[in-house]
Amino acid sequence: MGVREVYGRSDYAIIGELVEPGTKVLDLGCGEGLLLSWLKENKKVNGRGVELSGANVQKAIARGVSVYQGDLETALEDYPDQAFDYVILSQTLQETRHPHKVLQSMLRIGRHGIVAFPNFGHWRVRWSHLWTGGAPKTDLFPHDWYDSPNIHFLTVFDFEALARKEKWRIERSIFLARGHEVTVYPNLMAEVAVFLFSRS
Amino acid sequence: MITEAATVTFEKLELDCGTTLAPVECAYETYGTLNADKSNAILVLHAFSGDAHAAGEGGWWSNMIGPGKGFDTDQYFVICANVIGGCRGSTGPGSINPATDCPWAMAFPAVTIADMVRLQKKLIDHLSIERLLAVAGGSMGGMQALEWAVAYPDHVLAALPIATTARHSAQQIAFNEVGRQAIMADPDWRGGEYYDHKPPGRGLGVARMVGHITYMSDESMREKFGRRLRKSDEFEVESYLKYRGYKFVDRFDANSYIYITRAMDTYDLTQRGSLPSLFENVSTRFLVISFTSDWLYPSYQSLEIVSALRSRNCDVAYVNLAAVYGHDSFLVEVDEQTQLVRGFLASTFKEAASGRP
Repeated sequence: MGVREVYGRSDYAIIGELVEPGTKVLDLGCGEGLLLSWLKENKKVNGRGVELSGANVQKAIARGVSVYQGDLETALEDYPDQAFDYVILSQTLQETRHPHKVLQSMLRIGRHGIVAFPNFGHWRVRWSHLWTGGAPKTDLFPHDWYDSPNIHFLTVFDFEALARKEKWRIERSIFLARGHEVTVYPNLMAEVAVFLFSRS
Repeated sequence: MITEAATVTFEKLELDCGTTLAPVECAYETYGTLNADKSNAILVLHAFSGDAHAAGEGGWWSNMIGPGKGFDTDQYFVICANVIGGCRGSTGPGSINPATDCPWAMAFPAVTIADMVRLQKKLIDHLSIERLLAVAGGSMGGMQALEWAVAYPDHVLAALPIATTARHSAQQIAFNEVGRQAIMADPDWRGGEYYDHKPPGRGLGVARMVGHITYMSDESMREKFGRRLRKSDEFEVESYLKYRGYKFVDRFDANSYIYITRAMDTYDLTQRGSLPSLFENVSTRFLVISFTSDWLYPSYQSLEIVSALRSRNCDVAYVNLAAVYGHDSFLVEVDEQTQLVRGFLASTFKEAASGRP
């Protein structure tokens, strides 16, 4: 069974497909370890995770996945250089305190980074902001400004610009809306962006 | 559950202090059945006051070891041995010194956590087990689990150090010293030579009372006792501690208390090098567990171990379990530990069977 069938989360599905078999993977903010568990089972991946929530960590370990309970931003510092083939950060970049540092650390400890984030440039977000004059609220950003976990808002363009500045190589970019792949005007049409990137 | 209890006598055991003990006895129990390729053996390591009787009626970890439990004896072969220096069947200060035909008492050589593990290794060799699926223990048992992984990395697939540390803090040493001083201040202790007389029960009882306070938490004590009275002039907590102290005297030797607490206090893995350097060539998988209310072995001590393991890219899972019972949590918080241990062991066993080292 493919990862898409198992886990409805489409960014998980894409990531599951991007990872090469038999590799070493670190999943930052891995939740209950579903992706790692799937990768372990289906791609013989040697997987590790970092997760803040104790309840999630317990479920992950009970699943047989090696997960460390801790804050991912401080956890990154402990790992040695190039310890992993892939370092995954899914739907969490916008919640980190120092996203720039997080992304740099991902490429310090991993050969490839895989990042998935909700695209703040999506037309619904723009429309919501223009129409209401308030902080945008959409399916993708459902929170009120005062209780949102998101503290850094970025778009497809923003990530690509940072990659150019840092001279990262974007090996693959996949854009999604309503579970389908988007090929035109991704910065306007994509709800979620997934980038596979590395040091050039 | 298939259970066996036995004592094996080894010709000798070389100790860290330079002395060779000869002969040396090791009391142990096993639960379950060793499989044909001897790949399902788990060594469970007891804490300070424990013994080889880990499972079954009255076993110190009976809620974790047994058919269908965290350490499932339908699947795994579980071994537990009394430590060297102990008083529950293995050679210790209460054993007879062959040179004098009298109990060793304080003439017994100093023992260390590494000595305990060295004796366990002899036992594992005696049972013809080349590689253990796992070593697991809480508190002092966790220290032994760490020692196993560092001393015999090729003989341990997985280690579960629970509510433990790589070295005692000043606070931990301080509480142990209060216990030792209480024993030695009891006139019945007689410099350790009490085996022909009544044991230093008052001192040992007080030592145990202090110990029990450190094993609980403020919250669990408020819940369990509050300010309730047992008698008009006695709080329930007082009566509980006295009872625990009194009961302890029946089953524990005061000199063993001194020797084993000393072994815990002197243990310091970092004396052999920085923790990361010690884990350099360790391929053992780790599951490290601490408990939020454990102020005797606080989570920072577990995190020190975990951080070192991660810096060497070792395979480690870590969780700080929310629990109210203080240090006792590792014996009491059964449901959550069961899930963790079961999943961790199952994946280790499966990976070993599929050939991944």
